[in-house]
Amino acid sequence: MSLSEHSYVPVVLADRPYPRLIHPLHAFLLAGTLTLFLGALICDIAYFESAEVQWKNFASWLIVGGLVFGGFALLCSVIDLFRHGGGVRRPILYFLLLLAVWVLGFGDELIHAKDAWASMPESLYVSAIVALLAILATGLGLSTLRTGA
Amino acid sequence: MNASKLLPLVALSILLTACGKDTEPEQYGSDPKLPEPHRGLLPTMKIASPAAWGDKRPKVPEGYSITAIATDLKIPRQTLVLPNGDILVAEGKGGNEPKLIPKDFIAGIIKARGTSDVPSGNRLTLLRDKDGDGTYKEKTVFAENLNAPYGLALVGNQLYVADQDALLRFDYREGQTKASGPPEKITDLPSMINHHWTKSLTASPDGRFLYVGIGSNSNITERGMSAEVDRAMVWQVDAQTGAHRPYATGVRNPTALAIQPGSGQLYAVANERDEIGPNLVPDYLTALKDGGFYGWPYSYWGQNVDSRVQPQNPKLVASAIRPDYSLGSHVAALGVSFSAPEMGAKFADGAFVGEHGSWNRDVPAGYKVVFVPFSNGRPAGPPIDFVNGFMDQDGKTYGRPVGVTVDPRGALIIADDLSNTIWRVTAAKR
Repeated sequence: MSLSEHSYVPVVLADRPYPRLIHPLHAFLLAGTLTLFLGALICDIAYFESAEVQWKNFASWLIVGGLVFGGFALLCSVIDLFRHGGGVRRPILYFLLLLAVWVLGFGDELIHAKDAWASMPESLYVSAIVALLAILATGLGLSTLRTGA
Repeated sequence: MNASKLLPLVALSILLTACGKDTEPEQYGSDPKLPEPHRGLLPTMKIASPAAWGDKRPKVPEGYSITAIATDLKIPRQTLVLPNGDILVAEGKGGNEPKLIPKDFIAGIIKARGTSDVPSGNRLTLLRDKDGDGTYKEKTVFAENLNAPYGLALVGNQLYVADQDALLRFDYREGQTKASGPPEKITDLPSMINHHWTKSLTASPDGRFLYVGIGSNSNITERGMSAEVDRAMVWQVDAQTGAHRPYATGVRNPTALAIQPGSGQLYAVANERDEIGPNLVPDYLTALKDGGFYGWPYSYWGQNVDSRVQPQNPKLVASAIRPDYSLGSHVAALGVSFSAPEMGAKFADGAFVGEHGSWNRDVPAGYKVVFVPFSNGRPAGPPIDFVNGFMDQDGKTYGRPVGVTVDPRGALIIADDLSNTIWRVTAAKR
């Protein structure tokens, strides 16, 4: 339908009574991704400060968790790419952010697999980048379509 | 739980290891070339791909012959030739380390492909060649229900066995085919985690002391320093009281010990650290100095600091002793035995070393038994291949040598823990 003098915003909203959010499961996966990668960063900081290797072990598992959640969130974002009127405002950017989170997160896991201090300081930098990208992806993913916003 | 999620990682690591090259430098002797440490996103790997021997046999020098004297064993590791010619075989596989990090799951799966899947025997098997024709027709279980036995030593009528968690003693009478009773425990041995679980063993010439090799609990402290208490060292144990003291420390994994005939000097072969390149760090053969510190974990081959260990310890590094003789990186030396004139003129003065073979190299190293020639009581000259053919050009692996023992009658006994065979190499009779 083309915009004409007869069609204005409330009419569009009449077709779709609510601004669509991403599916709750999708939101759950996204929130988990962020939390797990953020946890990994905090553990890496603790390892960097203390050289206590248990922090690194925690980080390794949190990253695996982030990859599991992030992998499914990425799958959801792919589906949204092809769904007409998907939930996310900028679906391609959102997909690319999640993809970057996953790929860098995977690399981060490999860096963490280097024994003892061999992972430092690279793991700290990569974990920070991954956490930042996860924050951006989550912000984008959970922001709703707002009219007039 | 995440094992299936991690399968892509396995696939990727296999793919990535298919490329890349490393050259084998001359890395033998007292002054090996040590490149700068290097580690990519993945460690370089080439895992042995097991195959049956079929009609193939390990290759031995001209004038020597090799026969399998026992097969279908359960992970034979070390052997001991008894005074009457009987051979004792320690069978088993130890280690009880929990899988701590995602890497442990993946590395476990990958490395297990290069080993035998036969369960741990946890026993000693006795082989007997009654008529002296070189075939060992009698095979009996000497002792069972042990816990990953590895090191063996006989002092008079006392047979010492190093389980992965305890040093044990059996009474032994010449000709016995079965232990007369359960063993007596001399002392507990460090067994928490037991990443490197093999407890190597030898006795001092006078029989007063036993030397027990105890490997580290990690590659390079990745399980934390608290896991390394009483690890990576050789204990001297009083045979009567069981009291012990560290004899040499900083030896990452002293996998076999032997007393040099004549001098009475204690020697060890040791496996050094992985994952800093195909040509680091050389495994070695060395005389152990009483009270000596050999570097692990802080440094390797003397004062080369390993930056993976935090916090570092410059004071200890300054005291680190360089080992005597490099066997080459990643060869995984697991057996050592001093030779005797009965082994033939070329191999009379020196030590045989069993090399289980590498995983952390694109071009595999080891997978053979070498002879390190000695002169004036010290290692001299490059190692000579004594038995090879355990792995062929395309990585097919028929066997992996572990313990080697010189039989004073003129034979070398080799335990092969991949094909679960005991090999016997003899100089052809004239």
